[in-house]
Amino acid sequence: MPTEILMPALSPTMEEGTLVKWHVKEGDTVQTGDVIAEIETDKATMEVEALDDGKIDKLLVPEGTEHIPVNRPIAMLLADNGHPAEGHSFEARPTAAPQPIEVEEVPDPGEAPPEVEIAPAGPQAAPAEPRPEQDVPERAVPPGTEMVTLTVREALRDAMTEEMHADADVFVMGEEVGQYDGAYKVTQGLLETFGARRVIDTPITEYGFAGVGVGAAFAGLRPIVEFMTWNFAMQAIDHIVNSAAKALYMSGGQMHCPIVFRGPNGAAARVGAQHSQDFSSWYAHVPGLKVIAPYTAADAKGLLKAAIRDNSPVVFLENEVLYGQSFEVPKLDDFVLPIGRARIARVGRDVTLVSYSRGLAYTLDAAEQLALQDIEAEVIDLRTLRPLDIGTVVNSVKKTNRIVTVEEGWAICSIGSEICAAVTAEAFDYLDAPPTKITGADVPMPYADNLEKLALPSVEQVIAAAKAVCYRK
Amino acid sequence: MTSPSLNPGAANFWMNQIPTPNPTPPSDGPRLSPDEELSAYRRMLLIRRFEEKAGQLYGMGFIAGFCHLYIGQEAVVTGMMMALGEDDQIITAYRDHGHMLSTGMDPKGVMAELTGRRHGISKGKGGSMHMFSVEKNFFGGHGIVGTPAPLGTGLAFANKYRGNNSVCVSFFGEGAANQGQVYESFNMASLWKLSVVYVIENNHYALGTSVERSSAHSEELYHRGAAFGVAGEQVDGMDVAAVEDAGKRALAHARSGKGPMILEMLTYRYRGHSMSDPAKYRTREEVKDMREHHDPIELVRKRLLKAGRSEDELKDIDREIRSVVNEAAAFAQSDPEPDPSELHTDVVA
Repeated sequence: MPTEILMPALSPTMEEGTLVKWHVKEGDTVQTGDVIAEIETDKATMEVEALDDGKIDKLLVPEGTEHIPVNRPIAMLLADNGHPAEGHSFEARPTAAPQPIEVEEVPDPGEAPPEVEIAPAGPQAAPAEPRPEQDVPERAVPPGTEMVTLTVREALRDAMTEEMHADADVFVMGEEVGQYDGAYKVTQGLLETFGARRVIDTPITEYGFAGVGVGAAFAGLRPIVEFMTWNFAMQAIDHIVNSAAKALYMSGGQMHCPIVFRGPNGAAARVGAQHSQDFSSWYAHVPGLKVIAPYTAADAKGLLKAAIRDNSPVVFLENEVLYGQSFEVPKLDDFVLPIGRARIARVGRDVTLVSYSRGLAYTLDAAEQLALQDIEAEVIDLRTLRPLDIGTVVNSVKKTNRIVTVEEGWAICSIGSEICAAVTAEAFDYLDAPPTKITGADVPMPYADNLEKLALPSVEQVIAAAKAVCYRK
Repeated sequence: MTSPSLNPGAANFWMNQIPTPNPTPPSDGPRLSPDEELSAYRRMLLIRRFEEKAGQLYGMGFIAGFCHLYIGQEAVVTGMMMALGEDDQIITAYRDHGHMLSTGMDPKGVMAELTGRRHGISKGKGGSMHMFSVEKNFFGGHGIVGTPAPLGTGLAFANKYRGNNSVCVSFFGEGAANQGQVYESFNMASLWKLSVVYVIENNHYALGTSVERSSAHSEELYHRGAAFGVAGEQVDGMDVAAVEDAGKRALAHARSGKGPMILEMLTYRYRGHSMSDPAKYRTREEVKDMREHHDPIELVRKRLLKAGRSEDELKDIDREIRSVVNEAAAFAQSDPEPDPSELHTDVVA
């Protein structure tokens, strides 16, 4: 019995086509690779090649036939020896392409794997990002622990130093991280301590060295890639998103990418449009990444240590203005904080103020001034932007019934947008006022001193927004 | 505090050559032993038959999306893999099925990934362009043109960091050779004396743009590392013996600590860029001429017959390979789709 030659699918979207021309007639002998027909698809006219040697037994569809569905037999082929061509009997021919996964098949929350939290019922499913367990307390700093005053810069350096001592696979690479001691002195002294093998000065080649770092992480090393600023990392975002963030998923869980990308993010002072951008929401958008943006020196240290130990790629967003600011840091041999946990920076009952990184500076200042006007604000420092600790925010809003988010980044699709949407979905009935966002102005950062101030959030704006949601004048 | 710059020994770690373990062996010219020739035939034929079957399954609707076939280029990866040491690594872009089969990855797992099934190499989540085998030192499987260059350079960086003697071979096309990150990689690999071999698979067409239309000085892409002091060589990529020979020399160069090397393989793809490419940018005669007069498998077949192998013996090999491929295809059609719960796994570690 001869075998069927089927109407092939010749593009990702083709469902039917026109048989424009036969290049063979009945009785012709064909070899693998010979063009037997021309078919017009939804995109182009394509040549169809013989997939086996043999003789054309019958042409089932005449030239010029339109709307031939994919997989309909168009000809019959006899193998050289008169038997059906080898490996060509399509008994397992599908009646249709594999069906897409149906929504009904998504397991209900009871059956979901423990790390996946299914969103509450509703038309809009919240991101299925693993959410930190709210009932697991953060490992408390033991009472009586000595505190030392460190700048954020020193805390970051100490975190890297400790992790490099602990794990020989950890190394630092970036522009000016070695002999120059760091463009912002964050890697000061590391070259002297660890040598040039582990503290590597790179050429100015962000796309290239980000890729080199990711390749080294594929091989099992734990690179810390410093970007002089995150503005320059836009040249490298392809490797951060396409190469690093997606590796574990695309490999079916086989290949990890334990890498930390770090450097100063957001506006510094008077450095203009191309050096003053907050990339928080860009990276927080990407599954496969963890994104951290600390405010205090203690958080910077504890979270950078956690990031270096994490087996996922971590985007660690620092802030140049905060580098020189001092905070109390617990003096412990190994102070590590959990990724994905917000911190209540100030307890209050009247309004929830949510921020991260340098935004905390405005927010805490505003909270102090609000207290003088008898408004007790609860201030939440997100610390991690992905996975986002919505639970802590929602719990606070259930108490205060009001929320204002504060960030330096642009308003559209911002971190505040995400928080306001999540709070609206999860605590709608508790809200006594519309969730409100304070963000940077929707403009490239201007240079002039007065305009730059206007482009960034201010304490006054936060106070005004907090009073507005409290319906106070 | 002593200035670190006063410690040139330490500062130059990345610029030092690793001492040469063995002198570079003299080349005997591009010739394979009879056994090697037979092995090359078998390996190339597996890729050819696998890709033909993949094209067939695509036509039947079992494989979807992008599917870039390697038919015509088989000698490149086969010759390089024959030159490769056991602990060496490879990485490539999206025309990757041949590379995976060449590392010894299971054809069933590769084919089941193409059909998006649960026992595919990437559990059905990667697809044609995204497969990996850490076990076989195959690091992907990357869909963005040019990325294998820095990623492969990073794998070589890790080798030097660890002080081992492995080499990474980074494959990319002649189209990718116009990407900036490739030159960023040449610079760092040469500066830091990294053991990486860059293989430019010059199949003459970057999708529909011929190399002459896209690349300045296109006849000598192997010179493109010259500004960085990276040596290069042009190789007949349709002759597996020439590839193996050049591969051995390039690997020895890289392994000796002299830094990277570029091999430009002149090759040809018979099929379109991907399944939906009608390939109207070249003549039928050009393709026919390559198939009839420069086919890498036919070349080896002729040499084997001349060396005294029988037609029957070669037919047996073909039959055996067809059965391996048919088995893979049957598996890839019957294996179930991934469980819906897999949607949310393997996102973060």
